[in-house]
Amino acid sequence: MSKVLKGVGLLALIAIVIAFPQVYTNPAVTNYGVFALIYVTAASGWNIFSGNTGYISLGQAVFYGSGAYAMGIAARDWNITGTTVFALLPLSMAVGALIAVPFGLAALRVRRHTFIVITIAFFFIFQLMAFNFSFTGGSSGLGSPFLNWPAATYNIPFYYIALAFAAGTVAIAWLVRRSRFGLQLRAIRDDEDRARGLGVRAMRVKLSAFVISGAITAGIGAVWFYYINQVEPQTGFDPLFDLTLVLMAFLGGYGSISGAVLGALIIEPLTLWLNTQPAFSGGSLSEILLGGIFLIVVLFLPRGIVPTGGELITKFRTRGRAAIAPATTIGSNPRTAPAPSSIGDGVAGGAQ
Amino acid sequence: MTALLRTEGLMKAYGGVQALNDATIAVEQGAVAGLIGPNGSGKTTLFNVITGYERPDAGEVWFGDRAITNLAPDKVFAAGIGRTFQLTRIFARLTVLENMLVAAQAKDRPRNLLSWFGRDAWTHHRRHALELLEFVGIERHADLLAGSLSYGQRKLLELAYVLVADPAVILLDEPAGGVNPTLINHIADRIRQLNADQGTTFLLVEHNMEFVMGLCSTITVLESGKDVVSGPPDIVRTDKRVLDAYLGVDLEEDPR
Repeated sequence: MSKVLKGVGLLALIAIVIAFPQVYTNPAVTNYGVFALIYVTAASGWNIFSGNTGYISLGQAVFYGSGAYAMGIAARDWNITGTTVFALLPLSMAVGALIAVPFGLAALRVRRHTFIVITIAFFFIFQLMAFNFSFTGGSSGLGSPFLNWPAATYNIPFYYIALAFAAGTVAIAWLVRRSRFGLQLRAIRDDEDRARGLGVRAMRVKLSAFVISGAITAGIGAVWFYYINQVEPQTGFDPLFDLTLVLMAFLGGYGSISGAVLGALIIEPLTLWLNTQPAFSGGSLSEILLGGIFLIVVLFLPRGIVPTGGELITKFRTRGRAAIAPATTIGSNPRTAPAPSSIGDGVAGGAQ
Repeated sequence: MTALLRTEGLMKAYGGVQALNDATIAVEQGAVAGLIGPNGSGKTTLFNVITGYERPDAGEVWFGDRAITNLAPDKVFAAGIGRTFQLTRIFARLTVLENMLVAAQAKDRPRNLLSWFGRDAWTHHRRHALELLEFVGIERHADLLAGSLSYGQRKLLELAYVLVADPAVILLDEPAGGVNPTLINHIADRIRQLNADQGTTFLLVEHNMEFVMGLCSTITVLESGKDVVSGPPDIVRTDKRVLDAYLGVDLEEDPR
């Protein structure tokens, strides 16, 4: 029954997102859709690596910017124009994947805080390179080839391309989650040394996830570049991009596929809307608000909307009866045997 | 009898502390060997060096006629040496069954990228995993998150998932530490059964002398990173150096 419901819900969702730009044709509205889908892709891409492995990457902008620059440089140097530029998307993804290899080999040698710091360092290295090399156009950045499309429907092809990326990324995230590969990633998240002691080739597995995530982020970075027609070092390699992805994932539910999607669908339109409000003009006020949301999420909703919501639903459904039969086999200790309500809390190792 | 697992003159120093100082041990095929010694005598370091978690400063580790010194932990496991940890280490946010399946993957290397993402490759491990959970007695909890198990159940889970890959040697770091007497007997029975039925070789570190003496056919005593005595329980029990090491009589004259 619930499977049927889920299937119907998924089909309805797909129908809605496909029909959206046909129903709301106003470019100001479809613009929201394009950006929301770009961030659904980027947040889900982040989640494939960071959500599964527990390695929080704050260097995704390295891929985003590199994908944008790869497309810009290739289009400029090879004189590619018009819709043919979209054929460069695989190239951008390949560049993202290629960069992820040395980046990952260096950063994935260390864990936790050190890993985060190294991803930030890589981010700054790439931003500085974009500023200082001549082939990147220095501080003025790169423009994209002009697309001779009417303004009224300009957004729509981008909407569907971003939608294809978002759907593909969610599908990959789902495949990873249910596969042996995903299981190994989550084993690494829980206890990497133990996983290695059980035959998991940790570096290879982590690096693969990082490369997948890098390729996806670079691809959507290229889409973003062609959509807004330009990239500068500070917009392509934007520290806020990284923080936004983390906020989206944490708001929706860290490590959960639907959580990253939901977080992006909430945060990105909200940011865009705030930036159009006179009170928030200049954008910096909306950043303060995002920072506030981040604090609230981390303090009061540390596991995000989706897991917390799911728990509430389970609690509601199973009220009045024990969700799981108490443990009585050998080795169980009445004092430490799990009470049904404490199982969810045990997940986080009592971190709350 | 041939030694299935042996170390030759292992040295390992942490700063000024010599954790292993010419540690040479041999575990014979089919034995249940014990490794005892006072706290800080290098037992866990020895385990870490054998299983690839630490690199020795000098010395060699041999598995059969294969040198496995400095092999990475996943390679050591794939070679056929499983281990448990002193403080049990399980994957808390995976279910008990998923914990088992993590270990099952070492056995079959996926042939191509697609099989990497496939499920079929490891669903056939499920039955074996459930059998092993039944063997240690926690099969009822297969679908629970491992983090919700009690300490004793975690010890059993750790033993079970080491068994998944069917290792030739299992290193157990304090299997009886912090668990109740009934469970200690249960664990000892499982070890005996594996040893008798499948010929699995064991090397175990344990402070519970009753457990060690009742289970092990040979015992090696480690003191200050050096093996001082090795032999059957009766010999080791009465050795003066063992009594000294354990009773630690002359603390002031301790050369350390």
